[in-house]
Amino acid sequence: MKFGVLQFPGSCDEVDALQAARRVGDAELLWHGDESLQGVDAIVIPGGFSYGDYLRAGAIARFAPAMESVIAFAADGGLVLGICNGFQVLCEARLLPGALLVNANRRFTCRQVELEVVNGDTPFTRACTAGTRLSIPAKHSWGRFHAEQRTLQAIEDGGQVVLRYAPGHNFNGSARDIAGVCNERGNVFGLMPHPEHAIDELTGGSADGIKIFESMRTALEGARA
Amino acid sequence: MLIRPKAGILDPQGVAVERALPALGFSGVANVNVGRLVELDLEDPEQLQAMCEKLLANPLVEDYEVQLLEESGHAGGNGRGS
Repeated sequence: MKFGVLQFPGSCDEVDALQAARRVGDAELLWHGDESLQGVDAIVIPGGFSYGDYLRAGAIARFAPAMESVIAFAADGGLVLGICNGFQVLCEARLLPGALLVNANRRFTCRQVELEVVNGDTPFTRACTAGTRLSIPAKHSWGRFHAEQRTLQAIEDGGQVVLRYAPGHNFNGSARDIAGVCNERGNVFGLMPHPEHAIDELTGGSADGIKIFESMRTALEGARA
Repeated sequence: MLIRPKAGILDPQGVAVERALPALGFSGVANVNVGRLVELDLEDPEQLQAMCEKLLANPLVEDYEVQLLEESGHAGGNGRGS
């Protein structure tokens, strides 16, 4: 199986995303200006500052030619993972509910965060179970998840809240400690922390992040079998 | 287009400004919100609302207000959206 890592001008985490994806399968870089997704089996939208994050983070990237293909890919049930800026792009594209706002502490913050898996039954978390803790770095200025109350209730009720910051780790002020959400169908997932940076104990503080990529591989293999 | 955070949504930039003003001796300041202004020339003002909805504002978290100025600079009308 092959992951496609979508690169925009201003992306900066595509190399780590490729590395993480290659631990569990094949991976290649996709360019924002190409409509073709090169027949990949899953999409990763990595972190960074797509198009300089001008206007709002992810607002301009959402209209890249490749994104039209990603939207169609998601509509067909394809797995799409958005990390940090990728999460912002997916929210701007309305593939995911809510929006990411400037951190409540107004600061760019880079730190290891503890996450709790809320829903271990998604294609992105099936290597975990509900309650599993993941230790993963986060680094962003615009990571405060926001949605209207009724949207928050709907995503809680629908199992779309996939990850929460563990008590004491919600440094950005996200609503209901939400760190990662999926769409209603469960095939599009975004999170602010960076699983691709936590695939090796030596550099990532843990190797917990690989579970997200392993889960995607398992889900795709299951779909083929 | 004037674009501002929706009421009720924490605006950390506004909070920072609100805290800075008293430090300079300005008192009685409350409810500071910092938005942004987008200026542009265009031929068909009918497009403005769609521009705001699709790109210039994020209607989930921002309100916008359109101010239409004729070339002479006089206000020719305005509209609000959210």
